[in-house]
Amino acid sequence: MVAADRIYLREAPAKLLPAPVASTGVVGWVRANLFSSPGNIALTIICAALIVWIVPPLLRFFFFDAVWSGADREACLPSAQNPEPGACWAFIRAWSSYFTYGFYPLGERWRVDLFFFLLAFGIAWLAWLGAPRRDIGAIYFFIVLPILSYVLLSGVPIIGLPDVPTSLWGGILVTIVVATVGIVASLPLGILLALGRRSEMPAVRLFSVTFIEFVRGVPLITVLFMASVMLPLFVPDRLAPDKLVRALIGVALFASAYMAEVVRGGLLSIPRGQYEAAQALALPYWRMMALVILPQALRVTLPNIVNTFIGLFKDTTLVFIVGIFDFLRTIEAARGDPHWATPITSVTGYAFAAVFYFVCCYGMSRYSRNVEARLARAHRR
Amino acid sequence: MTNPSSGTDGEKTGWAVEISALNKWYGDFHVLRDINLTVARGERIVICGPSGGGKSTMLRCINRLEDWQRGRVVVDGKDLTDDPKQILAVRRDVGMVFQQFNLFPHLTVLENCTLAPIWVRHMPKKDAEELAMRFLRRVRIPEQAQKYPVRLSGGQQQRVAIARALCMSPNIMLFDEPTSALDPEMVKEVLDTMVELAGDGITMLVVTHEMGFARQVADRIIFMAEGQIVEINEPKAFFEHPQHERTRLFLQQILH
Ligand SMILES: Nc1ncnc2c1ncn2[C@@H]1O[C@H](COP(=O)(O)OP(=O)(O)OP(=O)(O)O)[C@@H](O)[C@H]1O
Ligand SMILES: [Mg+2]
Repeated sequence: MVAADRIYLREAPAKLLPAPVASTGVVGWVRANLFSSPGNIALTIICAALIVWIVPPLLRFFFFDAVWSGADREACLPSAQNPEPGACWAFIRAWSSYFTYGFYPLGERWRVDLFFFLLAFGIAWLAWLGAPRRDIGAIYFFIVLPILSYVLLSGVPIIGLPDVPTSLWGGILVTIVVATVGIVASLPLGILLALGRRSEMPAVRLFSVTFIEFVRGVPLITVLFMASVMLPLFVPDRLAPDKLVRALIGVALFASAYMAEVVRGGLLSIPRGQYEAAQALALPYWRMMALVILPQALRVTLPNIVNTFIGLFKDTTLVFIVGIFDFLRTIEAARGDPHWATPITSVTGYAFAAVFYFVCCYGMSRYSRNVEARLARAHRR
Repeated sequence: MTNPSSGTDGEKTGWAVEISALNKWYGDFHVLRDINLTVARGERIVICGPSGGGKSTMLRCINRLEDWQRGRVVVDGKDLTDDPKQILAVRRDVGMVFQQFNLFPHLTVLENCTLAPIWVRHMPKKDAEELAMRFLRRVRIPEQAQKYPVRLSGGQQQRVAIARALCMSPNIMLFDEPTSALDPEMVKEVLDTMVELAGDGITMLVVTHEMGFARQVADRIIFMAEGQIVEINEPKAFFEHPQHERTRLFLQQILH
């Protein structure tokens, strides 16, 4: 028998068999993923219980018992038909234009709408990886759009757009402006700082390290205070930028210090051989960085970059500290309105804010997951 | 098969590479000790020697991937000083192939090859692609042009790396153990490519332990140990009558 096993030659191909039933289909999936072991069964039951406990009350609050329309607080008070009213969406509706524009003059609000549209257009152009001429898209987004936005929002009286001082801006407009400027400025600044930190020139390195460590070492609130209170001490009044611009600078600098560390992490993951191959091909430093090193480094660290963006987006709420009416601040202001004073007004306001921030942040997160998956498909086996 | 006479036709404009009194230290460690070497145009040099002997370091000085403390390196008549312009000028004419291939993983094979022609030589994209395809055909992998490097075998990747270097039309090619990271069955395809290249009259400096290749194409073989050039000779003499005790020992080890 042993001798028979020693030499073997297959004479007919082995049969192709279908996979066993229990390992495919819904039953197979449930069994493999939800009930594969006692521990897994326990977790499944706990999660199911949590869902049953949390989800129905939320649905009731947000949808079934919510008040969708009404002229004032009466609508949202407990009544015979609705003894336990849910979210007071009527309040949000009544204040929605304040939440969006702040005190931006009524007659000029089309300018804000146009800005939102132009921004959304730019984001879509860049975010859609299959879009035509994304190079023009980048020029539009990083050069044309900022100029257009400034002209539109701030106004140029000569061409018939009256000045709108930033003190009148507010709500989602301000949140979007602060977040976009922060995000758009922090990536290039962060890249420069990260490269500076690895530079061979001691002065550049020292500056980068000092800046990064200093900014990372203090809270955003401090940076904002410094930007809004200390900056005017050094710059003559006439030249002092306005309050919003100061906050924008503060946010951008703060975010770029964090971004620098994120980018540095990506740079560290690039093997020396990549630098050497690029150098051997006579690529000068900046081209080597732009064409070989950064595309790889940013790809590796994309989840961290988006994570920083998300953090920054939420941090923009802190600008209210220096007296800027961002979205959250407008909700704060509106919830004190006596016309709408009900037990659920504040809750509704905050819930609305939560939904807004969640949708924006989750959108960024989903998008980055998509890009990651796409890159992974393209570059791995 | 060997062609020692081509080692002497350097009359056009001097030497391809001139290294004189080159000394380099890593901290206190004297890694290159008084290296003197001149390489004629079109000459094919094989460099061998024990691990840690400084072969890679010397090779990398020729395109200034390493700098040094003392000595002088002149490539194609250009003195390699600290001047970045001069360094880039030398690198434009010197191609290099690495042990680990070092292809750019985020670019396709074709893009790997066209990157430098487009961004360094300022060639129009179409011309660069034509050029790249010509060299990819020469290394016999034109059908892989649109793939990403990870999808290729080691031997194919190394051939792409050779094509990528050739796309810059270098006068001098440096090879640092181009077959050491390859599975045995792929070594031949890369060596064949290099043998073909050697037939084209391009100046080649090759660090390798493939003695068959050395015998076949080298004009001179250099034996390096402990940071010094111990022996330089023509292949026949090098293998049959090694002069130095150290060389004899080394050859005994790798030829058996
Ligand atoms: N960046 C570095 N810092 C310090 N020592 C180094 C560095 N690079 C190389 N060395 C040392 O210099 C010596 C020569 O290295 P080199 O890579 O030139 O040797 P080699 O002859 O190419 O050897 P191998 O056959 O292993 O590639 C080795 O002892 C190595 O440890
Ligand atoms: Mg080596």
